[in-house]
Amino acid sequence: MLDRDEDLLKAAENWGKAGKGVALATVIETWGSAPRPAGSNLVVNGDGTFLGSVSGGCVEGAVVTEALDVISSGTPRMLEFGVADETAWTVGLSCGGRIRIFVEKVV
Amino acid sequence: MKLATLSAINTERAARRPVIVVTDIGNGEQRLVMAADIADDPLHSELERHLRMGKSGAIEVEGRNLFLNVYAPTAKLVIIGAVHISQALAPLARSLGYDVTVVDPRSAFASPERFPDIRLIAEWPDVALPPLNIDHYTAFVVVAHDPKIDDPALLHALEHDCFYIGALGSRKTHGQRTLRLKAQGISCADIERIHAPIGLEIGAISPSEIAVAIMAEITAQLRLPKASAA
Repeated sequence: MLDRDEDLLKAAENWGKAGKGVALATVIETWGSAPRPAGSNLVVNGDGTFLGSVSGGCVEGAVVTEALDVISSGTPRMLEFGVADETAWTVGLSCGGRIRIFVEKVV
Repeated sequence: MKLATLSAINTERAARRPVIVVTDIGNGEQRLVMAADIADDPLHSELERHLRMGKSGAIEVEGRNLFLNVYAPTAKLVIIGAVHISQALAPLARSLGYDVTVVDPRSAFASPERFPDIRLIAEWPDVALPPLNIDHYTAFVVVAHDPKIDDPALLHALEHDCFYIGALGSRKTHGQRTLRLKAQGISCADIERIHAPIGLEIGAISPSEIAVAIMAEITAQLRLPKASAA
């Protein structure tokens, strides 16, 4: 079954209560044909386990890596992905859209 | 985000109340606005607009970049009639993220063999519906094709402000239904809220195709701006 938003936010709460490091990634803005709308969440714990999505699967790997940094540092950061990025060929959006993602630690 | 905020979001969602998280993207400051507090909030007009559309988005207020994340309750789908169409509709709706319940007092229809893993209630609508707490975040589909079952269910749906109400039947069948409902005191405005014949016109023939037409119509009602909704 698909993970729904409420299921993944509940999972994040449970991870936090169990003392795990948790980060929440949220799609803030999209341009063009981005597959997931603003407000979509992805949650990550310190083990690198994640639920949800912020794109059709193109940038989740990069977001999880950044989220692990945010769990260590505690400082929120803004990520931007798009075909215009120099990283386009590694973690760009194949659909041609652009997205901005806010990653914050759950404290 | 504070763990307490996350916990409060989950509590409100479990109680089927919408919440909005307001985040200052510049400094990470965050607050949670409960549905009941929106009217008194300094950002009430922006908050109300986003909640009404069910859309999250960034706004700029006095030079600050804020993100409004709207967490609306999970939509429910209540299907009256455990018929062939419902056997296709229930799993389709579930894959679209709806909490699905099928109601039919005819236990030969409402059998677990016909609806594996779907919540089934083999009771009349007057018994089955009140505990379901039907609300604005509920789509209501009436396909039993028996007025004794369908009519009381429709009355319940109209009273509880479902965002979508659809009823199976040709224009002629719906004409007769309209007469019966009017005789029960239902207004013309309320009768116009019932989508009948049910489903978008896509030439659907098989039960599965009719299920697609119904879910397409429900999706349009949920997502399109109100003026252009089907």
